Amino acid sequence: MKKLLIPILVLGVIGIFIYSKAVGSYNSFVQAEETINGQWAEVETQYQRRADLIPNLVNTVKGYADFEQETLTGVIEARAKATSMTIDPTNLNESNIAQFQQAQDQLSGALSRLLVTVERYPDLKANQNFLELQAQLEGTENRIAVARRNFNESVVAYNKEIRIFPNNIFAGWYGFEAKGTFTASEGAENAPSVQF
Amino acid sequence: MKFPLDKMKATSILLFLLFLSNVSGLLAQDFPPKPNPPRLVNDFTQTLSPSEIAQLENKLVAYNDSTSTQIAIVILKSVGQYDISDYAFQLGEKWGIGGGLNDNGILILAAMEDRDVFIATGYGMEGAVPDALAKRIVQNLIIPNFKKGEFYQGFDQATDMIIKLASGEYTAEEVQSDGNSGGALIMLLVFIFFFVILPLLRNKNDNNNHMGGKGGGVDLWTTIMLANMLKGGGGKYGDFSSGRGSFGGGGGGGFGGFGGGSFGGGGAGGSW
Repeated sequence: MKKLLIPILVLGVIGIFIYSKAVGSYNSFVQAEETINGQWAEVETQYQRRADLIPNLVNTVKGYADFEQETLTGVIEARAKATSMTIDPTNLNESNIAQFQQAQDQLSGALSRLLVTVERYPDLKANQNFLELQAQLEGTENRIAVARRNFNESVVAYNKEIRIFPNNIFAGWYGFEAKGTFTASEGAENAPSVQF
Repeated sequence: MKFPLDKMKATSILLFLLFLSNVSGLLAQDFPPKPNPPRLVNDFTQTLSPSEIAQLENKLVAYNDSTSTQIAIVILKSVGQYDISDYAFQLGEKWGIGGGLNDNGILILAAMEDRDVFIATGYGMEGAVPDALAKRIVQNLIIPNFKKGEFYQGFDQATDMIIKLASGEYTAEEVQSDGNSGGALIMLLVFIFFFVILPLLRNKNDNNNHMGGKGGGVDLWTTIMLANMLKGGGGKYGDFSSGRGSFGGGGGGGFGGFGGGSFGGGGAGGSW
């Protein structure tokens, strides 16, 4: 009996150690994941905010009879595509985020084309309504940038945490997976060319 | 044997110093450290004269005292490869402009060589100063003045307008609004603690050491307190109540320090 007692004790201590370690990591994974969910919601909110501004912008621009229709329809279509694209926040993996980003980037591209075109309409450019919409749009783009950066930062911290030893073992047990980040959008390095 | 050891030591010290300078160099390059003592107007380019800085500082500190809203002005040479908006948000976030609870901070950032200016609004100020209004302030008040080289007027009018827009949005916290009585009471208690209770306790502990030694001397805290009271001119007791022991002090006239406000991307800017 005495012979058995020591191994049992040792096993018990090891068991308690692993258990507490596992519980601790699990909790910190959950916390990190919840932070990411919150920041993802912020990213979506800001993209939604941009989408909500677009009908106003389109209506303001439409008032100028000779405004290029194809630029406008380009924006409207890209908006429809971007708003129909939602991803499950519990599955923020690399490819989902890339898809989401692609849809939003198309809208960004269409919008910047629209704003470049507006340069040709001095009346429209001076329109107070349009100026305010433009300021709001710029502000929203800034908010999107901040939200995306915050999201990326927490995802990087989370990915690091679940991949280091021994956390990777626990993460495997519980099924925590690495999440995707936003990347610098394609063609961001070459700004839309301005032609007058 | 001695020589290589010394050499090794010297190399390691050199390496350490290099490392240090590298690290601090990197940080300093991108973002200036929080001003110490805390100031709301930070001109790193000598664009404004000292009296202009003092005037702006006084106005903004008074506004901060009465409403807890922090409007900071930062003038830099250049923001480098950053977007000025991005730089403004990160700087505001790093310094923590605005209260941590309300996020009611505003940063007016001007980059002289880039000829760019940006008003960044903290989360809590986005309602009082929406982007469209920030844009209008930049377009109508800041840029025309900056074009003429009248930088002080630009900042002065812009801050006046922001103050007008934000009036009534926030009030200073309870402690600060009746700061005169509450702050003075705390000050008095601290005073009693340091000058009456501590000496009593100390005398009890080391009775045989009245003269000299560390028991008899004036300790660091007392010195700091005395120095601050002399500097502050007596009128700044209210500041004492804010923050954990952040003394008003300093030349600016008692700005208590940034409160940890957050920036989410609100605001607008322009170039002159």
